This record gives sequence, C-alpha cells and structure tokens, in this order.
Amino acid sequence: MSKPSAYGAVIGQPHPRFDSRRLVSGGGCYLDDVNLPRQLHAAFLRSPFPHARIDSMDSAAARELPGVAAVLTWHDLADVCSPFQCVTKAAPNLVSPPQYPLAPSEVTYQGEPVVLVVAASRAVAEDAIELIDVNWTELPAVSRLETALEVDARVHEGMSSNLAWRTEITGGELTALSDAAALAVEQTFSFGRHTGVTLEPRGIVASWSNDTGGLLVHASHQVPHQLQLHLAELLSVPLANVRVVCADIGGGFGIKMHIYPDEIAVCAASRILGRPVKFVADRIEGLVSDIHAREAITTARMAVTADGRIAGFDISHRHGIGSYSVFPRSSTAEALSSIRSIGAPYRFAAFRAQVDVVLQNKVMSGQYRAVGHPIGCMITEHLVDKAARARGEDPLAFRRRNMVAAQDMPWTNPAGGRMFELSHHACIDKLEKLVIADEVRSILENRRRRGEVVGLGFAAFVEFTATGSEGYGRADVPVAAVDTVTLTLGPQGEVRASASISELGQGIRQGLSQVIADAVGVALKDVTVVSGDTGISPHGGGAWASRGAAIGGETAWRAGQLLKREILTVAAAMLQASPTELDVRNGVVCDAEGRERISLCEIARTALFKGHELPDGINAQLTVSHQYRRDRDPFIPTNGIQASLVEIDRGTGLVTPLKHWVVEDCGRVINPLLVDEQIRGGVVQGIGEALLEVCRYDSAGQMVSGSLADYLVPMAAEMPDIVIDHVQTPYSGSTLGAKGAGEAGTCAAAAAVLNAINDALAPCGIEIASTPVNPVNIMSALRGARAR
Amino acid sequence: MKPAKFTYLRPSSLSEALELLHRHGEDASLLAGGQSLMPMLNLRFARPAVLIDIKRIPGLSGIAIGDGVVSIGALTRHFEVAGSPIIRDRLPLVHEALRHVAHAAIRNRGTFGGSLALADPAAELPACCVCLDAAISTASLSGFRSVPASKFFRGVYDTALAHDELISRIEIPLPPDGWTWSFDEVSRRHGDFAVAGIALGVRLAGDVIMESRVAFCGLEAAPRRLAPLEERLRGVRVGDRIAIGEIATRLADHVHPLASEEYPAFYRIEVASALLQRVLARTSEAIQ
Repeated sequence: MSKPSAYGAVIGQPHPRFDSRRLVSGGGCYLDDVNLPRQLHAAFLRSPFPHARIDSMDSAAARELPGVAAVLTWHDLADVCSPFQCVTKAAPNLVSPPQYPLAPSEVTYQGEPVVLVVAASRAVAEDAIELIDVNWTELPAVSRLETALEVDARVHEGMSSNLAWRTEITGGELTALSDAAALAVEQTFSFGRHTGVTLEPRGIVASWSNDTGGLLVHASHQVPHQLQLHLAELLSVPLANVRVVCADIGGGFGIKMHIYPDEIAVCAASRILGRPVKFVADRIEGLVSDIHAREAITTARMAVTADGRIAGFDISHRHGIGSYSVFPRSSTAEALSSIRSIGAPYRFAAFRAQVDVVLQNKVMSGQYRAVGHPIGCMITEHLVDKAARARGEDPLAFRRRNMVAAQDMPWTNPAGGRMFELSHHACIDKLEKLVIADEVRSILENRRRRGEVVGLGFAAFVEFTATGSEGYGRADVPVAAVDTVTLTLGPQGEVRASASISELGQGIRQGLSQVIADAVGVALKDVTVVSGDTGISPHGGGAWASRGAAIGGETAWRAGQLLKREILTVAAAMLQASPTELDVRNGVVCDAEGRERISLCEIARTALFKGHELPDGINAQLTVSHQYRRDRDPFIPTNGIQASLVEIDRGTGLVTPLKHWVVEDCGRVINPLLVDEQIRGGVVQGIGEALLEVCRYDSAGQMVSGSLADYLVPMAAEMPDIVIDHVQTPYSGSTLGAKGAGEAGTCAAAAAVLNAINDALAPCGIEIASTPVNPVNIMSALRGARAR
Repeated sequence: MKPAKFTYLRPSSLSEALELLHRHGEDASLLAGGQSLMPMLNLRFARPAVLIDIKRIPGLSGIAIGDGVVSIGALTRHFEVAGSPIIRDRLPLVHEALRHVAHAAIRNRGTFGGSLALADPAAELPACCVCLDAAISTASLSGFRSVPASKFFRGVYDTALAHDELISRIEIPLPPDGWTWSFDEVSRRHGDFAVAGIALGVRLAGDVIMESRVAFCGLEAAPRRLAPLEERLRGVRVGDRIAIGEIATRLADHVHPLASEEYPAFYRIEVASALLQRVLARTSEAIQ
C-alpha cells in the first residue's frame, strides 16, 4: 500500500474545519436540541448523603401532581433492565458490587440516583421530586483517601474491607534500587480529585417503540456502538433493534464513554411508558454524577547512580475510585496508567510499585483525558528535578542524560512500557531553543533581582495512545479497538464516508476528510464524513485514547486506497488502459504523463446510470469498506516535553502562569490547526489540574465544590500564551504514520506548572507536592518559611 | 435546575410596585437584573411565592449629577455605570471597581441597586458605597428613607432594607478635590467572587497621607470603614513601605474576618493586607 506523500498536499495542511461556522453560529444540534413527539422529561431524586440506607419512601403526593407520568424506583425498573457490574480480567478479583440504575436500598455516594420522576416538563419533574418523602438512615461514610483502608466504616454495608484491588508491578533488577544508588530522592504526593467539565453536559433522549420493539436513543456519548451494545444487553433488546444517535457533541474528555445508572434508568422508563423520555444533566447533578478522576496518594522514591543515571523507582500508590469501579471499562485503568507512565521518558533498571485501589463513598472515578498519565508525569518530573537540584545540575542536562536515546529503542522498560520511535532528544533540543529564544533565563534573573517569586519548570512525557485490541480485549471487556470506514463515490464525483470514529468537537471529521481526499485523489471539498449514528456508521471504537487519527485515520487511508483501486479498475476498462498506468488526481483520472483522461464524476455516472456501457465483466464497486485493526503494538507511545513559566504573588500566594511551551511528537500531523488546538486545550486542562480544579469534600463526605462557582475551571483570561512546536516521527506500523495527539497537552502540563512553582519556591526552602496548588497552602508555607 | 413555582407580577409604576411589596412583603422577591436571584431560584435556594419584576418601572434608572451628589438609579445596569463619563471623571473608585464585577455578560444585566440589596460580602459596590459615604434611598408605602451606607449593610446578605421597601437610588456625595481613589481585589479567576477587595481613598499633602478612607469587601460579613486603620495611616508617607507594611500586618487587630475551610481567616487577612500595601504602593508610584 502506498504511503501518503507530499503529492496530494491535503494531509498536513492547516485547513480550517468545515463545520466551525455552523457550530459557532449556533447551527449545532446538541442533545438538548433533540425533541421528539410525545416526549416526557426526567429528573432524579439523588442521594443527598455519601452513605445511607433507604428505610422507607412515600411518593404518593408526587404521583398525584398534575403532569407527572411516573415515579419510578428500582422496583419498577427491575422487569425491564438489569443491574451491571464491572468485571475485568485486567484486574482479577476486583471488588465492585453490582450497580443498579436506581439504588434499591442503600446509597453509597452523594448524587446516586434513587427515584426517577418522568413528567410533562423538567420543572414539573423537579416539583414532584420535592414531594417525595424518603426516610434515610445515614451511615458512616468513607471519604478521605488517606484513611480509607484504616477506618471502621465500610463503603458498602457488609463488606469486609474497602480495598477494591491490590496489585504489585515489578521489573528489572530490584537490587538497583538500593545497591548502586548514590542518591535517593523521595516525595509523598497528593493528587486532588477532579472531573472533566464538558461544555455540553451528559444527556440522553430514549424512545422505545411498542410497535417495532425498538429503542432509539439520542445521546451525548463518545462511543455510540459501545452504548448500543450495553443498552441491548441491559434492557434485553436485540442489538439490531437498538439505534444510538450521537449528533453534535460538546466535548467528552472521557466523561461520556461510561455506562451511567441515570441514563440506563431513562431508557428503562421509556420502555415502561412507551414514550420518549429526555434527560439532560444540569451542572449541579453533573458535578456529583459524572465520573471524577485523579484522586491518589503516592509515595515515590527514585534512586540515582553516582554518575547521575536513574537506577529505578520504588512506588507506593493508593488510588481512590469511589463506590464502584466504573462500568464497563473499570476505574482500575487509571491507577494502572498512573503507574505505567512513571519514569517513562527515561532509562532505568528497576521498578517496583505497590498499588492499592480503594473504594470510597464518592462518585466513581474513571478515564478522564490523559488517564493517569498526569499523575505519573508529576511524580517522575518532580523527582527528576529534585535529583538534578540535589546534584547541583541543570534540570535539562539531567533529563538529556537519562532520556531513552533513539538508538536504544525499541526497549521495554522495567515498568512494562514498550518504547519505540520516540524523539526525546529532538524534542528537548527544540524546546530549549524556544525557551532561549524567549529570553526566559534573563527574565527570570531580572525578576528575581527585583524580589519577585518566579520559576521555570520542565516536564517530559510519554503517552501510550491509540489502544489496540489487547487493551480491553485481554480484559474481556467489549470495547472495540477497530475502526471501520465505508466510502461511496457519488454521481458528482464526491466521496461520502461513514465512519465509526466519533466527532466530539475535536475536529476528527475534518482530519478524516483530509486523509480521504489524499487517499482517493479528490479535492477536500468533495469529501463528506458522517459518523456517530449506529444506524448509519459501521461498528468501531468511537473517540477515546487519542485514537482518531492513529486508528481512524489509518482506516480512512486504507479505505481511500481501496476506493481508488476500484476507480482505477473501472477507468482502465473504460479507457482500455492498464490500471497501473493511471492515477487519480484532484478528482480526475490521469495517465502516466499526467494527462487528464476521465473525471470521477463521469466514471460514477457511467457506473451508476449507464452500467451497460461498461465492458463485460466490469461490475464497478464504487462503495468500499475497510475495517482496520492494528496487528502490532498494544499502544503507540508518543512523546514530548513542556515548559512553564510562573509567577507567585508573595502577598496572596496566587500562582500566575506567564507562558507555556510544548514540543510534542504525534507522528505525522494531518492538520496542524487541529493538533495545535488539541494540545492547547489539553494544556489548559492541565493548568486547571495544577492550580484550580478540585472536587472538595468536607469531613462528613459532602462535596462542597458542587457548582461552577466553587469548582474552578480554567478560563481564557487566566491562561498564558501557549507556544507549540512539533517533531514528526511517523509510526512505522501504519501507512499514515499518525499517533495520538488529543491528550498530549494534558499529560505534562500540570507537571510543568508544579515544577515551575517548586523552582520559584526553592530559594524559600519550600516544596509543594499536592495538587491543585492552593494559594492558601502557598501562604502557609511562606509564613512557615519566614518563621524559620 | 428549574425554579419552584412562583407568581410573577410586573408593576408598571413605583406606586404599584410598592403596593405589591406591601401586600406580599416577606413572601416576595424583587427581580431586577436577576444575575444573583435567577441562579438562586433555579437552584431552589430562593423560593419566593411572588416575584415582583421591577424592570419596567420608569424613573429608577440613570445617572445624574447635581448639588454635590451623583445620583444613580437603582436599576442602572453595571455596564451603564461603567461607561458613564460622570462616574469615570467624578467617581473613579466606582469606575475602577466595576472592572472587577463579574463578566461582561453579567454586567450587561446586573444592576447597581440589586448588588446593594443582595449584600454579598464579597461584592465590590457595597464596599465602594461605604468608602464614599453614600446614602441609599429607599421607598415604601410608608414613605421614603435615606440610609447611610455605613448603616445599610448589616451582615452576610443582610441589610437595613425592610420587607416592604425597595432601593430607588443611590446618592454618592462628590468627593472633595485632592483625593486619590483606588480599588483592587484578589480572586482566583478574573470575575470570581473576591477573596478580598479594597476600596481606598487618600488625601495627600506631598507624599504624606493626611486623611484616608478604607473599606474592604470579602474580608468581613459586611463592608465598613476601618476608622482605626484610617487613623494609623494618617501622617504616614505613602511611599514608606516599611511603615505601611507594619500597619498592614496589624490589620488583624481591627477586623473580624470571614472564614471557611477553603479560605481560612488568616488567609483573608493576608490578602487584605497585601491589597492595602499594593494600592498604596501604586498611589505612591503615581505621584512620582
């Protein structure tokens, strides 16, 4: 199969997204824009307590309220849907009880749905909820991760322990951790729980038809085919009778690829009532019911040899996942990803990690953008800086010496990460040039001379992207790692694609269009891509793990090449030429000399409308499909390095990021505009992680940052300029050579900011290792330092 | 996030509004710009039986100057106040403070009187009114009152406003010549509720502070002028960082700070103290 070349010139070009105008001018069709005839509206009575027993309930008044169609508890749903339970062979013996769409008798997190009211409007449904009288018995709640394994309270009544899963990961010569070490640096980290606040909240419109026995579901979801499968199974409906439609989606970040109890309950309600039921999570319920992420406590030790080489890592990690392991992908994935990414940019000899995955009376945690990598990166890069500081060495020099060199790959590191085709040294060189060009060193010197607290921090990263079928396949979790693209050449010479890759606002349909344009040989304007509808799109993975370009893009390339071959077969027959002498350029079949012979429009019209004119034996196949599974490498590693310049106000402890730099390698760049904005958005989320975002809980386990006035997402006004550059090392296992890009910004941004803060505070003898970095903590530390 | 049921009334004159307010009293909420009330309604934290929408009442909006007083109608939107040349030239403190009030979309709808009536301790305008010795004009069926700002703000969301009263306008005496005014605040993100903010006026002779007026927002349950602090600043050179630093570190002696798990009392005082030093340093730089 031929590889994309400079010829064609659509791949790699900064084409603006074709649907930007429609979306920014309000022409989008998001979930809340979907309204079906006879539609009803859902609202939930959710547990106000982190842990309680439901002793009794009186909903008579709610049922009698005009406009109320149904007041449903688990008892009412049990006939039409089943509970679900996270089981994964990737975490054998994982403890996670069955989870019910509506809690039957015990609630184990604040925000857990208990009663579903379906009414003529959301307002009436909310009125009815206030009329439901529940007798609760509050039970002791397990909230703080520090003590979750030690307290007497249990997350679920009757459990013997709050431990969900324990594992140990070791590799290499463990003696290296002690014997050869001239220096050991150690730190205990605390990572705040946070969540991915999508611009569009979760939502679903479920429409059951008693006439067809079919379920039509509109959802704001990243993986329509996954949702379709689980809906079919949980509601016992043949898969063929379930259609999931995801129109425009306002962001996913991993939040929208799980099975949520409230969404299943809404589907069950539609089945019971035989009417469409709509549910859109408002911000308040979103913040307590969307998956959370990142809550962990880690003690990490890095051993360094006398000549400044990393000998290895010794890790003790506790990860809080809430009261269930999220279905179906499992909350253990984040813990494992945190661990596996420790040390990833570097060469080292030994690795040992003890991992405890712990249940808590909080909402489930799950796979949020860059899954675990920011934790692994913050741990590694903090220790690396600490070692460099201890050795009196430049932090970049220490990194350069320890980074895995091109000639040392492929290499499987002691943590089990397979490293290949990475460009650490090229990236660090490029980053240093960018930082030098911005005269950062002299800015630092001048401002420090004026008594200002400023710092520069670096963070290198490796991200495991574009998960292959081994990832969930070995775990026996039915998540597709394949993608499928179907292409049709139409009568105006246009190419229409239907793809299994989901558009979440990241622009992947634009990216696929560019790939298809070059693969077939048509103009970009002649390519249309549709996706997100199981009734139209073939089965495939959707959007997660930065897979769109790496897997979806490759699928599109191969489908495009297939279509081109069919076109050339027909053209050759029509022109009485050999297909090998022909090529398609800009929608026209050309001969070896580049002379235009026949347009795709004419070929399509002949094949579709005048097939009898074609030579005997030519049955044109102008619709082709390709389903692609990568047959090597469970993940495609990508790499990069970031830098952050911050200022800390001595009087208030507030941290201001002044500038941020990223050099990253996502292989072949299909559209630099799309990649850069993915990086930029990812960096912003990483800065939010470092400085602002946290799900705070009080001592009783109540979430106290349950609105967007308290849960602080980063805003444009606070964000620094983000300078982005690329190194392109194409992935050799595909023709396109693209790797994942969507999460690279998030992987290392928080680590770079945290390192910059510690660089700024180092002269005061202060070290901070918990996120988000709170100005109150900085002021306390500064006061403490002044007192010393 | 849909409000509980309420009866919506929209009077078209002040007397009609006052009658409705008299009739429904404690059961009623006044709807002006709605920038605080609407979210509270949607969260069902506020659940008035009656919502009296006063936006259509003529004569409650606009800015006028006369008799040494700037008069701001209660329904005047923040963006109008911020864009007013009268405010910019004659009440620069208010002009500067409004830059810190939330975001443009909120300033387009939020009203001056609404901000005072709500009395959020973190709000900027109550602190400005206190600092400028403003008077809040109120109206009810029993008549009109003029309440000094220093007596109007009583605590967190607590004012001297009776249940049957509304704010009709705010009268701010024109400050005498020779004063310099500054407003600044600290918040986690631009437009957020302030951790603390400062409204400060100083009258300088050369570089020596002869008189000052200081009020904080966000620091205490309600804004007030801090007379002992004003006293301490008298006679201090505005550029004397050491003396001012000394005064700032003793701020805790004069205040009863708000405290929460997120922002403990010590932190609010640190921030207020930093703000005092910051605005005085800026004043000093400006006269050099």
